[in-house]
Amino acid sequence: MDNATTVGAAAHGHAAEHSHEELPFWRKYIVSFDHKVIGIQYAITGLLFLLFGFTLMMLMRFQLAYPGHPIPLIGNWFGPDKAPGGIMLPEFYNQLGAMHGTIMVFMGVVPLAVGGFGNFVVPLQIGAPDMAFPKLNMMSYWVYVLGGVTMVASFFVPNGAAQSGWTSYPPLSVIAQGGGQTMWLIGMVFLITSSLLGSVNFIVTIVQLRAKGLSFMRMPFFVWAQLVTAFLLLLAFPPLEAAGVLQLMDRLAGTSFFMPSGLVVSGKALTAAGGGNPILWQHLFWFLAHPEVYVLILPGMGIVSEIIANNTRKPLWGYRALVYSIVFLGFMSFIVWAHHMFMTGMGTTMSAFFQTTTMIISIPSVVVLTALLLSLWGASIRFTTPMLFALAFLPMFGIGGLTGLPLGLAPSDIHLHDTYYVIGHFHYVVAPGTIFALFAGVYYWFPKATGRKMNDLLGKIHFWGSFVCINFVFMPMFIQGLGGMNRRMYDGGTLYLHNAGLLKWNLVIGFAVWGLGLFQIPFIINFFSSMRWGALVDRNPWEATTLEWSAPSPPGHGNFLTEPVVYRGPYEYSVPGAARDFTPQFEPERA
Amino acid sequence: MTEAAAPTLDRWSGGTCPFGAGWRKVMMWWFIVTDGLLFAGFLASYGYARILAFHWPDQASVFSLSYIAAMTFVLISSSATMATAVWAARERRRPTVLRFVLLTALGGVIFLGMQAFEWGHLIAEGARLNTNPWGDASFGAYFFLLTGFHGTHVLTGVIVLATTAIRSAKGLASSEGVEMAGLYWHFVDLVWVFIFTLFYLL
Repeated sequence: MDNATTVGAAAHGHAAEHSHEELPFWRKYIVSFDHKVIGIQYAITGLLFLLFGFTLMMLMRFQLAYPGHPIPLIGNWFGPDKAPGGIMLPEFYNQLGAMHGTIMVFMGVVPLAVGGFGNFVVPLQIGAPDMAFPKLNMMSYWVYVLGGVTMVASFFVPNGAAQSGWTSYPPLSVIAQGGGQTMWLIGMVFLITSSLLGSVNFIVTIVQLRAKGLSFMRMPFFVWAQLVTAFLLLLAFPPLEAAGVLQLMDRLAGTSFFMPSGLVVSGKALTAAGGGNPILWQHLFWFLAHPEVYVLILPGMGIVSEIIANNTRKPLWGYRALVYSIVFLGFMSFIVWAHHMFMTGMGTTMSAFFQTTTMIISIPSVVVLTALLLSLWGASIRFTTPMLFALAFLPMFGIGGLTGLPLGLAPSDIHLHDTYYVIGHFHYVVAPGTIFALFAGVYYWFPKATGRKMNDLLGKIHFWGSFVCINFVFMPMFIQGLGGMNRRMYDGGTLYLHNAGLLKWNLVIGFAVWGLGLFQIPFIINFFSSMRWGALVDRNPWEATTLEWSAPSPPGHGNFLTEPVVYRGPYEYSVPGAARDFTPQFEPERA
Repeated sequence: MTEAAAPTLDRWSGGTCPFGAGWRKVMMWWFIVTDGLLFAGFLASYGYARILAFHWPDQASVFSLSYIAAMTFVLISSSATMATAVWAARERRRPTVLRFVLLTALGGVIFLGMQAFEWGHLIAEGARLNTNPWGDASFGAYFFLLTGFHGTHVLTGVIVLATTAIRSAKGLASSEGVEMAGLYWHFVDLVWVFIFTLFYLL
C-alpha cells in the first residue's frame, strides 16, 4: 500500500483497465460503479421523488382550498379507506403531510443535491478519475432506492403510511396504528445508511484524490460546500439512527424510551411500561434535523456560486470569506437545535443559550449572501437560464433566512410556533431557494453530462412561470401565520373563528400550486427532448474555468484524457492582460 | 510506506495523501466516527433518562461488579494482543500475526460468552425490556440496548478477526488490512470502557 503513489497510478491503472472494455447494459447503466452514472441515477430518482412529493402537496392543497369537496378527476383512485367518494379523510391528509416532508427532504432534495450533483461534479472538479470507493458508491445508491421503495410501499399497508408528520414526534408516532410508522422508521434507517456511506466516500475522495496543484484554497466553492455537507451528514445522522432504533423498539418490543407513565389516549389509559420521555426524541431528532437544514442549503449555495462566477465573468467576491463562513456555519449548526423546542418548557436559561447561538449562526449565512450579491456588482451579466435561477436564489434565500430570525427568538416564537409562518419560512429557504439552485445546476451541468444543451426558451418559460407561482404559494403563508393560522389542519382551519379572514388565501395558494405544477411541464419536456435533440456542445460551452470543463462532454470512463494538473485558483475570470475573459485552472502558465 | 510517511511542505496541495494514510484507512477513521456517534446517541439518551428517573437501581446490588470487571479485563487484554498483531503485520512476521489475531478473537468470544451468561442470569431474575424487579423500567431497557448493541459490535469484530486470520493464514492479509481490523477492535473496546464507566460504575 504505497499511498503516495496510489493516486496517480490508480487513476491511470483504472482508466486504462476499463476504458476499452465494452460492458454489458446492466453493468453500464444499472449497477454501474462509475460516479457519473451513479450521479445521474441519483439525480433522476431524486427528481422523480420531488415530483411525487409535489403531487402529494397538490392533493393536500385541494383539500385546504375546498375542504370537504370530492377531489375532481382522480378522487376515486384512492379507495374507501383513504378518500370515500373522493373526499379526503383526515388520516389520509396526515399521511400526505408526513410523506410530503419526508420525501422532499430525505428522498428528493438531499439525494439530488448530494448524491446527484455531488457524485457527478465533485470528482470532475477535483480532477479525479472516480470516487475513492466506487462499489460503496453504487451500494449507497441502491440502499437509497430500497429506502425509497419502503417509504412509498407504506401507502399500501393497512391504515396507510406514517401520519405523525415528518418529525414523527412521540407519543403520537409510537401509538400510531398500522404498519406505516414502522415502515417509515425502517425506511429512514436505509436512507441514513445510504447517506453515511455516501458522506464517508465524499470526504475520503476530496481529501485524498485532488489533482496535483489543487490545494484546498484552490478548490471550487461547490467542492467546499459538498465537503462541509458530507461532514454534517456524517456527524448528525448517527444520533437520528439511534433515535430511530429506540422508537422502533418502543413500537415493536414494548420498551418505553419515549413513552411517559400514565398516558391516557381517547379516554383509555395506555398499558405501556412508561417512565420514558417524549422530549428526548425531539432532542435527538433536531440534533440531526438542524444540521440537515444546512445539508439542504449548502450544495445549493455551492451551485449558485459556480454559476454566478461563470455568468458575471468575474471572480467570486470574497472566496476565502465564503469558505470560512460555511465551515463556521457547519460547526455552529450542531449547537442550535433546541430553537425548534422553545415550546417544550425547557426553561429560560436553555432558551437564552439557543437563541443566542441561533442569532450567531445567521452571521455566516449573511456573509455568504452578501458576498454573492457583491459578486454581481459592476459585472456584465449573461442572463442564461441557469443564471436566472441562480439570481432568483439570492432574494428567495434572503427572505427565507430573514423570516427565520423571529422564529429563533423565544418570545416571538411563542406566537409563531406551529403556524403557517413556519411553513412559509422554511419553504422559502428550501423551495425557491435550494430547489431553484438545483434547477440552475441541472441547466448548467446538463451539457457536461449529455454533450447537449437544454433549450433556452423552454428554460425561460419554466423559470418565469415557477418564479411567479412559487411566490404566490409561500408569501400568503406569512400573512396566515402572523394571523395565527395553525399548520397541520386538514380542513385548513375553517373551524376557528380567527381564521375567517385568512381562508381566502387558501384558494390563492391552491391555484398558485397547481400553476406551479403546470410550469414544470416545460422542464420535463426540455429535459428529455434535449437529451436527444439539444444543440451539441464542445468541452467548455459556458467558457468556464473549473476542471470539469477540461474533460470531454460527456466524459468517458476515467473522466480525463490526460492527468489534470491545476495551475491557479478556481475563478480567474477577466484577468487583466489575458487574451480571453477566462483563464481555466487547467491551462499552464505561458512562459 | 516511507514515501507516504514523509511529510512535505505542500502535502495539502493535491496529488498526495495528506495524512500519509491510504484511502481505506481514512475511510475506517470516519466510519469509526459515525459509529462512535451512534453510541454517543444511545449513551446521551441513557443519561437523559437517568437524570429524570424516579428510582434508578443501585448497580452494585444488581450486578456482580467483580464479574463485570473480569469481562472488562478480558476485553482490554484482547486490545493488547491486537496491538501486537498489528506490530507483527508491519514487521511481516506472518506466524505471529496469525497467533495474535486468533488470541484476540478468542478474547472476544470469551467476552461474548460472559455477556450471554450475564443476560441469562438477569433474565432469570426477571429483567425484561419493559420491566425489571429493581427499579425504573428504563433501567432494563437501557441495559439490554447498550450491552446488546455493543455485543453485536463485538460479534462483528470477531467475524472480521476470523476473516483476517484466514486471509493471513493464506498469506493474503496486507498489513493495512490487519491494521484496519485493529482500529475497529480498539474502537469496540473503547466503547465498552464508556459503557462500563457510565452504566455500571457511575
